Amino acid sequence: MSLNVTDLTIARGGLPVLNGLSFALDPGQALILRGPNGSGKTTLLRTIAGLQPALSGTIDAGEDQIAYAAHSDGLKAMLSVTENLQFWADVFGQNDIEPALRAFDLTTLQDRLAGTLSAGQKRRLGLARLLVTGRPVWVLDEPTVSLDTASVALFADAVRVHLGQGGMALIATHIDLGLDEAAILDVTPFAAKPEARFGASDEAFL
Amino acid sequence: MSLWEYANPVKFLRLSERVLPVLWVLAAASVGTGLIWGFFFTPDERLQGSTVKILFLHVPAALMAINAWFMMLVASLIWLIRRHHVSALAAKSAAPVGVVFTLIALVTGAIWGQPIWGTWWVWDPRLTSFLILFLFYLGYIALWEAIEDPDTAADLTSVLCLVGSVFAVLSRYAVQFWNQGLHQGTSVPVATGERSVADVFWQPLLISMIGFGLLFLALVLYRTGTEIRIRRTAALLARTGARG
Amino acid sequence: MNALLIRDLRLAVRAGGGLGLGLAFFLIVAVLVPFAVGANTDLLSRIAPGVLWIGALLACLLSLDRILALDFEDGTLDLLATAPVPLEAALSIKALAHWITTGLPLVLAAPILGVLMSLPPQGYLWLVVSLLLGTPALSVIGTFGAALTVGIKRGGLLLSLLVLPLYAPTLIFGAEAARRGAAGADVSTPMLLMAGISAGVIALMPFASAAALRINLR
Repeated sequence: MSLNVTDLTIARGGLPVLNGLSFALDPGQALILRGPNGSGKTTLLRTIAGLQPALSGTIDAGEDQIAYAAHSDGLKAMLSVTENLQFWADVFGQNDIEPALRAFDLTTLQDRLAGTLSAGQKRRLGLARLLVTGRPVWVLDEPTVSLDTASVALFADAVRVHLGQGGMALIATHIDLGLDEAAILDVTPFAAKPEARFGASDEAFL
Repeated sequence: MSLWEYANPVKFLRLSERVLPVLWVLAAASVGTGLIWGFFFTPDERLQGSTVKILFLHVPAALMAINAWFMMLVASLIWLIRRHHVSALAAKSAAPVGVVFTLIALVTGAIWGQPIWGTWWVWDPRLTSFLILFLFYLGYIALWEAIEDPDTAADLTSVLCLVGSVFAVLSRYAVQFWNQGLHQGTSVPVATGERSVADVFWQPLLISMIGFGLLFLALVLYRTGTEIRIRRTAALLARTGARG
Repeated sequence: MNALLIRDLRLAVRAGGGLGLGLAFFLIVAVLVPFAVGANTDLLSRIAPGVLWIGALLACLLSLDRILALDFEDGTLDLLATAPVPLEAALSIKALAHWITTGLPLVLAAPILGVLMSLPPQGYLWLVVSLLLGTPALSVIGTFGAALTVGIKRGGLLLSLLVLPLYAPTLIFGAEAARRGAAGADVSTPMLLMAGISAGVIALMPFASAAALRINLR
């Protein structure tokens, strides 16, 4: 079980943003994506998560292996922390949400409604969702937004534990997570040329 | 040499530019001949007098109103299966033409119905079906207008067209059933489209129907060309914009 | 599966507005119609089945955009699309949740409003049965409309424009069945036809809804 991306070309709004991108992720490995705003990191992660089609290239991750987390956490303000987490655990066929609550220091908050949490606490709950998916490949888009230093450390620990269990993580982030073992991939060199076509949706009109 | 070659927008543009002038002339000639012949050189009908002559406008418009939707359905299917942009844009272009034909059919029907039935509108199954078809056209056009990304719009409107077609057929049968249930043994005559038409009326009517068909084709080709040019401009701009 | 249903029901109850709003709207329609057409009992009892069907249909329409819009905004739909649940099933469940929170209360309230509308005594049973069989179709078709328009800002009005023509066959057969019931006539033909439409859309519509939603999530 690993994640293999080969010669990938992806598009945003019908225009190619990245092309010729290849990398592999084996169990226990993490890869950090870097690149300026608008360089296509979010598009890349959504494509890998299977939410949008690639223009060309292959993504080989096996069936139902990827857990995706983005800017919005899919939390319901009118449900409690436990209810939110239990819902996702049920959807992914898992039972035990205790470890996830502990890993992100949410045990004391578990009966609070998600709507009453601070932005950072909500973010921690959103990340705790990853633990209840039971999936090996984490695909994370800016996971540390609105987290304080202590919470970033919690998150890095969770990633480390996940990697230790043979998991993988693909993370787009600007800050230093303190994950020294993670490889870093700068997507800037893969930026598609403006005149690039690569089967973009409007190619036929050129 | 395959027909699908013309699915390339640029090739399609070149072809349609050559075909369109001929098509405009043919459409104008046959619509003109059909209507002038029908209006001025046919006898008055025995029961309905000269009011029957609106038939030459009404029947072809109604025919094309349905055919336009059918063409949109086929074009939507081609887009969903083969992803040819021309097909999606042709469906988009056909909708406003279809809606105008539907409106002409409804309005001429009302004008015709007034002296014959004594009322502008009756809830006859045929009339009701056309009204529902009109609503489907409006929804389809509104969905195209509401979505910014052209490919997303093409996909969603195609899905709507498919589902809408099924429901349009369902509505047609539901309406027939409903109307029987409401007024049994009604004295309102069925719209004249189904009545066998005498030869003197049939010949100009046929020419008029062919004319409306050609007119529809010309309008759709012309509008599709415009849509292709809009997309082409956007595609070129997106690339130069990215560079600057 | 169950988790999604329970969550949607819980949210409908807690978020407020969702559950009672449709019912209140239904009540208002039944109150306003006599104001508009006059308090003539004969007239009211004749139009009662149709008015109650239209009222239920509009009340159902009112809450359609809540089926998916909120889940779209907070990212739930993205996460559901990557979950091991087929999107077709998830949308069927969401339609079911919509029916339980909107359609079912309308069915239960219909006899009470029937009293306000002077519905003839023999009409109550068939009114309730026709609504019971017809409102699920309204929820399922509505979910399709919601999936089509979920990416559009302020798509509520467009949603109504797209969904209402699709409601025509269900309304025609449902109201016809209720009307025949009230008139003491045989209801079986329209009732069976409507049940057929309901069964058909429940079986097939989720595929169209899921296709539309996938396009919108892209």
